[in-house]
This record gives sequence, structure tokens and C-alpha cells, in this order.
Amino acid sequence: MNYKTRRFALVDIIYIIMMIVPICFGMFLKVLTTPLSDGISISGARIYFTLPMPVQNLLITESQVNSAIVMVVLLFFCLYLTHGIRYGVWLKRHHFAEIIVEMCTSLVKNNMGEYFKSFGPFIASILALSALSSLITLFGLFPPTSDINIIAGWAILVFILITYYKMKCGLWEYAKSFANPVLMAPLNIIGEIATPISMAFRHYGNVLSGSVISVLVAAGLQGLSNIVFGALPGFLGEFPFLQVGLPAVLSIYFDIFSGCLQAFIFAMLTMLYIAGGFPLELYEERKKKKAQKCKN
Amino acid sequence: MEIAISIILGCCAVGAGLAMIAGIGPGIGEGNAVAKACEAIGRQPECKGDVTTTMLMGCAIAETTGLYALVITILLLFVTPNMFINILINTLG
Repeated sequence: MNYKTRRFALVDIIYIIMMIVPICFGMFLKVLTTPLSDGISISGARIYFTLPMPVQNLLITESQVNSAIVMVVLLFFCLYLTHGIRYGVWLKRHHFAEIIVEMCTSLVKNNMGEYFKSFGPFIASILALSALSSLITLFGLFPPTSDINIIAGWAILVFILITYYKMKCGLWEYAKSFANPVLMAPLNIIGEIATPISMAFRHYGNVLSGSVISVLVAAGLQGLSNIVFGALPGFLGEFPFLQVGLPAVLSIYFDIFSGCLQAFIFAMLTMLYIAGGFPLELYEERKKKKAQKCKN
Repeated sequence: MEIAISIILGCCAVGAGLAMIAGIGPGIGEGNAVAKACEAIGRQPECKGDVTTTMLMGCAIAETTGLYALVITILLLFVTPNMFINILINTLG
């Protein structure tokens, strides 16, 4: 069967271009909006423009635009991986897609149990979004994960899911689970509220601390090379020789390793909290009783 | 006015330094976790993967208190001085 026609290749090329174009667009926007005299500085997300809204002006920031870019890139990457997938046709990328799906399904099954096996796509999308948001620093863009607003959004989404699965046995059971020893009820409520806050701060703090340390090291190396090579004549005296290559060693740890690890930990904690908060035995008992009632 | 602003800046810097004392706790805790993980791998090399994953998870959770301190430090260094100085200027004129 000849599947590699000219149309097939054309669609492939369009997908690959659509993966690269958003990143170039983000770089272009960043270059346009960054003021020229801005040296090395620690700053938050830049505000691109503001939309007038009735209650409060809506700020479109760098982190929002970059997370949208990440989503578009991921969408076209997935389309590229599964393009033309059907029975009897196997390209290399189809196997790659199958490996990813199988890994995510087995991860979810091992950590959440049989009842939650349909959670695979959700966990996989959280993993991919979080990892790529941190890795986007490699293109020189502002990582959306070092903005508390983006991470807090994800953490609140996860918190709503956790609460939904805790409430599946009814509101009364949910309220009773707080007063397990009755005196501990206030502490339990505080602990429940602390879940999304700690999840958000963990990811945010790790990525932010990495970027702050990288900026500090880069600024320090610039000063050091000014002292060491400052006496050289002309261009040689101004060029920061020590800044070449050395910050990249830090970047391997802070951007690549730490970003991927935090994505994995965020997904892992999501799975553990959702599966741990859900009272499976109680839910199955109630289901059996309901079925019996319906029979009678 | 200048004295008040310099007191605000100095106190913010001292507070940031004091807040980062919290970094001691996660350091000791993660060291213990990694030491135990090394012992476990030495005893049973075949379950290296499971032990490493669990250790990384535990380390990430132990790190949380340190990260709270980091967030407070960054707030103290970059956000609060401007806020307090603005309040001062608005009230004193």
C-alpha cells in the first residue's frame, strides 16, 4: 500500500511548520517589546497590552501568550505524530506515539488503580504542558511556569477534581471526613486549603529559583570578566569572555532537569491526591445498595 | 523621608536573610532521604528504579517548606519595598 503520496508529505510539512511558527512568533513579540537599554535584570512577565473590561482591565501578559504558544505547539506535535495512523500502516512516529500512550496508561494504572484508568489523557496533557512550559526557556522565552497565576490555575483545577471525587459519596460523607477526630476539624480544613497552595508554590518556586540563580550567575560573570579582562585594549576589554558557555552548565540542571522533574512531580501528586481522596470501598457499597433499591 | 526609606529597605533585606534560614530544614531532610535511598539500593540493587522515583517524590515534598521561604524572600526583596515606599509617599505627601 503506497501511503506516502505527495499530499501526505505536504500535510506533514504544514504540521512541522505550524510547530515552529508559534515559537518564532513568541520570540518576535519579545524582541519587539523589550526595551533596548534593558541589561540583565530580574523582572516578572512583561505586559503586552491591556483589554478594557467592565470591572478591571484585563492584562495580556507574556506568560499567557507563551502558554498559548505551548498549547498550539503541543496540538500540532500530536497531530504530526498520529497523522495517517490506521491499521496496517506503521511509520516510526506512530510507534513513538504508541510508546507515549502506553507509558502514560501504565503510569496511571499503577498509581491510581483500575477505577481511574480513563485518567491517562488528562495526566499526559498535564505532564506535557508543564514540561514544555519549562523547556520553552531554551528558546529564550519567558517560561509560563515561573508565573504564579498560571500554576495557580492548574492547581485550582486539580483541587476542584480532588473535591469532586471526595464528594462522590454525598455531601454528608465529605463533611464527616473532616471531623475524623472531632477536635482536629480546624486543622483538617486548613490542610485541605493548603493542598492547592503548596502544589502551586512548589512548581512556581522551583522554576523561579532556577531563573533567579541563572540571572545572578550571569550578572556576576559579567562583572568578573570586566575585572579580569578589563585591561585588554578595545573590543577585547568589553567582551564578557567568562559569560560564554559557563551559564549553560547551570541551565542543564535548572532548565532541563528541574523543569522535567517538577512536571513529573506535579502529575504524580495530582494522581496521588485524586486517588487518595476518593473513598472507593464506600462508593462501591453505596452503588450496590442503589442497584438493589432499583431492583426492588 | 530618606531615613524612613532606608529603614524600609534595610529591614526588608534583613527579613529576607532571616527567612532563608528555613533552607536548613529541607537540606537536612533531603540528605537523610538520599542517604536512606542509597542504603536501600545497596541492599537491593534490583529495585533501583522504584527507590529512585520514591526518593525524588519525597525530596520534592520535603523541599516545600524551603520553597515557601524562598517565595517570601523574593516578595520581601522585589515587591514589598516598592509597596511600602509608595504608601509612605502617599501618606506623607
